[in-house]
Amino acid sequence: MKRLFSMVIVVVLACSMLLTGCGGTGSTPAEKGGEPPKAEDMTVGFIYVGPIGDGGWTYAHDQGRLHLEQELGVKTIYRESVPEGPEVKNVMKEMIDQGAKVIFATSFGYMDYMEEVSKEFPDVTFLHCSGYKTTENMANYFGRMYEPRYLSGLVAGMKSKSNKIGYVAAYPIPEVIRGINAFTLGVRAVNPDATVMVRWTSTWYDPAKEKEAAKALLDEGADIISQHQDTAGPQQAAEERNVWAIGYNTDSQAKAPKAYMTAPVWNWGPYYADQVKAVMDGTWKSHSYWGGTNEGIVSLAPLTDLAPEGAQAKVEEVTAKIKDGSFHVFQGPIKDQAGEVKVEEGKALTDQELLSDKSMNWFVEGVEGKIE
Amino acid sequence: MNASFFAAAIVAGTPLLFATLGEIITERVGQLNLGVEGMMLMGAVVGFQVGLATSNPFLALLGAMAAGAFGALIYAFLTVSLRANQVVSGLTLTIFGTGFSSFMGKSLIGEIMPENIRTFWKADIPILRDIPFIGKVFFQQDLFVYLGYITAIALGIYLYRTRAGLNVRAVGESAPAADSSGIHVVLYKYVHILMGGALCGLGGAYLSLVYVPAWQENVTAGRGWIAVALVIFVVWSPYKALIGAYLFGGLDILGFRLQGYNIKISQYIIDMLPYIATILVLVVGSIRHSKENAPPKGLGVPYFREER
Repeated sequence: MKRLFSMVIVVVLACSMLLTGCGGTGSTPAEKGGEPPKAEDMTVGFIYVGPIGDGGWTYAHDQGRLHLEQELGVKTIYRESVPEGPEVKNVMKEMIDQGAKVIFATSFGYMDYMEEVSKEFPDVTFLHCSGYKTTENMANYFGRMYEPRYLSGLVAGMKSKSNKIGYVAAYPIPEVIRGINAFTLGVRAVNPDATVMVRWTSTWYDPAKEKEAAKALLDEGADIISQHQDTAGPQQAAEERNVWAIGYNTDSQAKAPKAYMTAPVWNWGPYYADQVKAVMDGTWKSHSYWGGTNEGIVSLAPLTDLAPEGAQAKVEEVTAKIKDGSFHVFQGPIKDQAGEVKVEEGKALTDQELLSDKSMNWFVEGVEGKIE
Repeated sequence: MNASFFAAAIVAGTPLLFATLGEIITERVGQLNLGVEGMMLMGAVVGFQVGLATSNPFLALLGAMAAGAFGALIYAFLTVSLRANQVVSGLTLTIFGTGFSSFMGKSLIGEIMPENIRTFWKADIPILRDIPFIGKVFFQQDLFVYLGYITAIALGIYLYRTRAGLNVRAVGESAPAADSSGIHVVLYKYVHILMGGALCGLGGAYLSLVYVPAWQENVTAGRGWIAVALVIFVVWSPYKALIGAYLFGGLDILGFRLQGYNIKISQYIIDMLPYIATILVLVVGSIRHSKENAPPKGLGVPYFREER
């Protein structure tokens, strides 16, 4: 009896392996050399750091992928929850085996591995999100999220009654610090008495823990919660206390309808379509792309009814100034927490200064919290 | 440190408590089930799905328990009936449960719990709620939290004060001896593995129904593994699980509160504390050879009647 059982199990397992092995593919790699690939035989791979179901960062990228499919009619493949370690190299190679000609990797930690693989496969185009390395056939791209974050700060600053605003932040890296600074500058532009209290969670994705961090801020008197993680936990904490929240990544009104006012959001689709189009036309060149409000890759989601009166007009006014170049979020004078002038009147931080961890390592005046 | 911190610690500890109790009852019959994370996620997704479809909190609870028990049933069949390796089977169950929850959850992305379920759980306990401090910490919570207190105490009474509980412990210590004294070993193992699965399912449901009542994939974020460590930390006792779970819950959120006081302790150090404590418990336990604090002797050992 025992032997029979184990045989059955072995057979079942073997079958399931065979089945999954046959599952994935279907397309053949386009022939090398010849003409640029047509839309039908164009396969584009996407590597995601989290699940699409996060409703946040990865979800936003996946919306971009769907936009790309719709625009160009190309075939796309994707892998979710790929760890930011050497395994990603195999994922890329598998995708190339499945015919991928363009691969988007959508998290910082993939950068070095993508660089390595890009040298091995010169015929494939690689695009890496949120890093700084490029090769002949590998570009990097990101968005000026600090612009809509500044706008969301305006909304928060106008809304707050306690003049204490909570900010649940992920890790002290330039991207997050830049966001906190931009947000705080926005808050203080309309409400000079308000302060922004920061709590670090050391997570990108832990709904319960991020909610707890928000609760700690609420207990200290914050009446608005903003965040830089990929879950709606902080917004739900705000909703439970009948105060207000600002989301991130995508419009998350449905998740906290009684708290959500707006969110700085990503819109990757147009960029993805442009890049794949360029590859198909044979005009693609390696580059570093940092698009902003003008390019439409970032924006502020529509304000809900909970947003304060006059916020809509203010946001539109500043958006117009950002677009025509007459306003830069990080233009002087800007003081740091100690009250020292970091950016002088008439100057603005350069892109290099905004991106580097050597220079974007201080908080502006009005932030309560420290960079560890 | 004020009452709101301790109240938050209780909340953060509640999913851990259910999962830990589930794993305790499983390990007490000699089965090491590392599928806690998977069963929690199965409970989270099915509870959410049922809650969404029926707007009935009780059905949502039942659904979550059934899902956790279903995961445990697979594990029980593999390890008790087929006598497969328990560690491997448990790990498989975690992977299976994670996939199951993501797959089921595909259609739930962006959904939130109906209003009546979201508000259903909030309930203060009259009289007790007015005790200063204690009332705010323990008795102005939600129904799940109270269910946690009751389950832990009931499980303790069951294990230490009833005939069936004695049999459970006998099976866990030595299945051959229990068998020869007329205890139906296989039945006991199945029933308690399933009970454990149902409790893990409840732990997951707490996260998806009450704590973050909108669908978020992988909502447990590793809490199942913390529960496995907690079982050792509380030396397989349901009573101590109450203390352990709330302590781990408190440590989990301590960092956010400390940041407000400008105290320079790295969050990473605080995150390590529970595990350092667990290791210490293991070390001390093995030095003292205390019978009371030892794991069930038959833990992880498959039982072949023919080889007795």
